[in-house]
Amino acid sequence: MSSSPIEIDDEAAIVAQARRGDAKAFSELLRRYEGKIFRLALHITQNREDAEDVLQEAFLKAYEHLDQFQGQSKFYTWIVRIAVNQALMKLRKRKSDRSVSLDDAIDTGEDKVAREIAAWDENPEQRYTREEMNRILTAAIEGLAPIYRAVFVLRDVDGLSTEDAAEALDLSVPAVKSRLLRARLQLRDKLTRYFKRKGDDTFAYL
Amino acid sequence: MLTCKQFLDELSDYLDEKTDEALRQKLEQHIQDCPNCWVICDTTKKTIQIYRGMDPYQMPPDIHSRLVSALERKMARKA
Repeated sequence: MSSSPIEIDDEAAIVAQARRGDAKAFSELLRRYEGKIFRLALHITQNREDAEDVLQEAFLKAYEHLDQFQGQSKFYTWIVRIAVNQALMKLRKRKSDRSVSLDDAIDTGEDKVAREIAAWDENPEQRYTREEMNRILTAAIEGLAPIYRAVFVLRDVDGLSTEDAAEALDLSVPAVKSRLLRARLQLRDKLTRYFKRKGDDTFAYL
Repeated sequence: MLTCKQFLDELSDYLDEKTDEALRQKLEQHIQDCPNCWVICDTTKKTIQIYRGMDPYQMPPDIHSRLVSALERKMARKA
């Protein structure tokens, strides 16, 4: 698909070329990851202007500090880490009275997790148009706390492994796992009102 | 026999197929016996599948252009 002369799968080589000052190689990294970084920034900040600032700051910082990038981790993991820090700084500036961190204590109240238990249609997404589905799914993510949003998007939308997500977010593996579980259960709960089988009455949990 | 809370604690690993065989069997036994947990498990699985199948994000062209311009300015300064 790409007309770039650079080998598609050899990311380490692209990064090495970029480190030697090859602008084309850095542009290739940008082309690969700008959409993912922008979407992640949008999910965390929930503000288009802030997300664009985060996107630019992340790529400019990555370019500037490319010599500090350690080859052991993946470039995407590294730039996600920069972007997440920038995005959290934006959130902190906006709510100056409250610090926002991925390490905020998490609410473990079970009642917040499983309020609505109702079976879904076999293929619930067929009830909605593509645009409606995108709106429903995006709005559900926006209803999560920032700590959950970042973990869920990296793991279940971008498809990062638990270990890579932990590295990108500077969290421990168990911390990523517990946040992912909460995020998944909360999203399930939010989506139930759209996808539950018609005629099924909700029954109380436990 | 697992409690519902124990089941929920392991749900993510179960859906990611990261549990060992002995635990997987216990979890599956629990779902068979507990209709609530069966529903939670089934709908959480569908939640993940639906998000994984989401349309790939299309980068807005204006934001892409401004990013490229900002980077070019930076590269020009560094050169």
